[in-house]
Amino acid sequence: MSARDRILARLNRSAPQQPPALPDVGSWYATHRSSETPADKARRFRHYIELAHAEVHAVSRNNWADTLHQVLKARGIDRLLVAEGTPHGDTALDALPPRGIECSVYDMAIEAWKSEMFTATPASLTAARAAIAETGTLILWPNEKEPRLMSLVPPVHIVLLDASNIYNTFFEAMTAEAWNNGLPTNALLVSGPSKTADIQQTLAYGAHGPKELIVLLLGEKA
Amino acid sequence: MSEHTLHFKPAEGFRARSKAVVDNPFLRQSFRGAMDFLMSKRAAQFPDPEELESLRNLGEAIRQYNLAKLPDLLERLEANLTRNGIKVHWAETPDEANAIILGIIQGHGATRMVKGKSMVSEEIELNHAAEAAGIEALESDMGEYIVQLANEKPSHIIMPAIHKTKEEIARLFHEKVPGVDYTDNVDALIQIGRNVLRRKFQEAEIGLSGVNFAVAETGTLCLVENEGNGRMCTTAPAVHIAITGIEKIVEKLEHVPPLLSLLTRSATGQNISTYFNMISSPRKPGEKDGPEEVHLVLLDNGRSQAYADEQLRKTLQCIRCGACMNHCPVYTRIGGHAYGTTYPGPIGKIVSPHMLGLDATAGLTTASSLCGACGEVCPVKIPIPDLLIRLRSEAFSAPHANPAMRGQGAGHSSLISAIWRGWALVYRSPALYRAVSWLGSRFGWLMPSRQGAWTTVREPLRPAPKRLRDQLKERNKA
Repeated sequence: MSARDRILARLNRSAPQQPPALPDVGSWYATHRSSETPADKARRFRHYIELAHAEVHAVSRNNWADTLHQVLKARGIDRLLVAEGTPHGDTALDALPPRGIECSVYDMAIEAWKSEMFTATPASLTAARAAIAETGTLILWPNEKEPRLMSLVPPVHIVLLDASNIYNTFFEAMTAEAWNNGLPTNALLVSGPSKTADIQQTLAYGAHGPKELIVLLLGEKA
Repeated sequence: MSEHTLHFKPAEGFRARSKAVVDNPFLRQSFRGAMDFLMSKRAAQFPDPEELESLRNLGEAIRQYNLAKLPDLLERLEANLTRNGIKVHWAETPDEANAIILGIIQGHGATRMVKGKSMVSEEIELNHAAEAAGIEALESDMGEYIVQLANEKPSHIIMPAIHKTKEEIARLFHEKVPGVDYTDNVDALIQIGRNVLRRKFQEAEIGLSGVNFAVAETGTLCLVENEGNGRMCTTAPAVHIAITGIEKIVEKLEHVPPLLSLLTRSATGQNISTYFNMISSPRKPGEKDGPEEVHLVLLDNGRSQAYADEQLRKTLQCIRCGACMNHCPVYTRIGGHAYGTTYPGPIGKIVSPHMLGLDATAGLTTASSLCGACGEVCPVKIPIPDLLIRLRSEAFSAPHANPAMRGQGAGHSSLISAIWRGWALVYRSPALYRAVSWLGSRFGWLMPSRQGAWTTVREPLRPAPKRLRDQLKERNKA
């Protein structure tokens, strides 16, 4: 018998015949979390992600690229990693180079440019799939066009979020979108810049991931 | 990278190690301050007692439901992970787990591994096994990196370097990291760690991580963290190896949000961690990053022993938040290292006996005043005090056939048993009780005036010259 068979045999010998009833997670959320208006959800989201040290800018469809430019300029950043072939990536590719910001794209496997990614990529722009008001959380589903390391390695991560995609809770997000039918290679919740309190409980930002998280909140009055 | 191999010690020497910490005012201050900080952060996250109680009830129900179906769910998890392209391995013992992991690493001809925080990898002492095989195993969680650099072990499951002051860490970095000047500025220290480790994330061929929840229905591994090192370890290297205990499984994805909320709020008083990382497959064709291979090692190491007993099974409800440690008056005074086990504090006292046997851990079960704080704050309502009493009885009762646990009866003493049997006899028989109390009142002066630790700050214990029953008799006469 293999280790697997021995472990399973031991567990099967003692497993209860009748498992308890399936816990009703939905009814807990229905009684303990209210469903808020879009404006309230946006406010709550913003409150909590700002508490976690993220910077939020209210933007509109017409002006978000201007805000993006100002955000970069204020930090003296002249190079931005964007996702070519996505609407927001292409907008940035059109809008930024004429204003003196060089845009690089993630057009090959990381193995071919790991060192450049780690040492010469000061900032990145990605979209968020959705967000969660309860905890001030961005939901990212990285994909071929917008790979996983884009939201992790560059010291400044800028995220475009459509305010109409804010859910009340994590539970609501995963049930409304039926995540149980299939998840991507990697799904992420991001609730602020990277941080640690491992030295004498003193909070420090930029432990391993982005030092700054900047949210461009699309549609909130701007 | 260490000068000498540092193993977790079996529980012998527990008293001596505890005394050393109690006698060290600096360490005591460190722990007291850190625990007060964590307790107040947690309390601030649960302002509504009704919400807390109902969420704990839900968390308990979810864990018990999933444990009841554990063997089926493990098979479903395996099937769905395999379908997603993740390779599943099973290990009964730490040695088997190490052999599996080293086998994968050596199969790739790799020599460099970066590790995200994983208590199960501490449990199997993977770093030593890797070192012995000539593989660099570098901790990348800042706290773990610090304790590894100091050639120590984590003293807390959530905050591994909680016993160290920033000045100690400053000296450590100055001495151990090439080219680093002394600074006790925390931001500067974190930057030093960041720079060292970022290079390692680029170079390592292998990334290792733990798992907070494994979701059976989707075949997903979930990781909770704040620093981003967990994401680095699971994304940058070509191979990702995850290791977890067999109990960390949930059937449904919807079981995750309540447990995640209980975990982060109970552990560090955060409404959510900075990152929640859900991994369901290796890199797919066309994807430009992520590991080409993902492995999951499922470790038993005594968990199936706990599972076999209905009461002891509750031990496996644990989601490793560490709240029981933060609220434990014993842990706060003796710190994590004194226990000599991977998992210290109340949870360590109930889980370690299954991993190491009661023969090595009998003393740990007695290191509790049974004040009940651990059970009261446990987010999944593990009855820790009841389990401690049960383990004491397993450890100190006379050895018998078919014990529920390895090492049952290890702490048994015929003399102590005889004394307690005598005590019980006296209290069952009124005549005997009267006789013994009469003797006590006559010969109390024979009690020694030095009575061990008791008399260091107190008067010696002596039976009263006149018994209560005699005093009452006199008063009623008057």
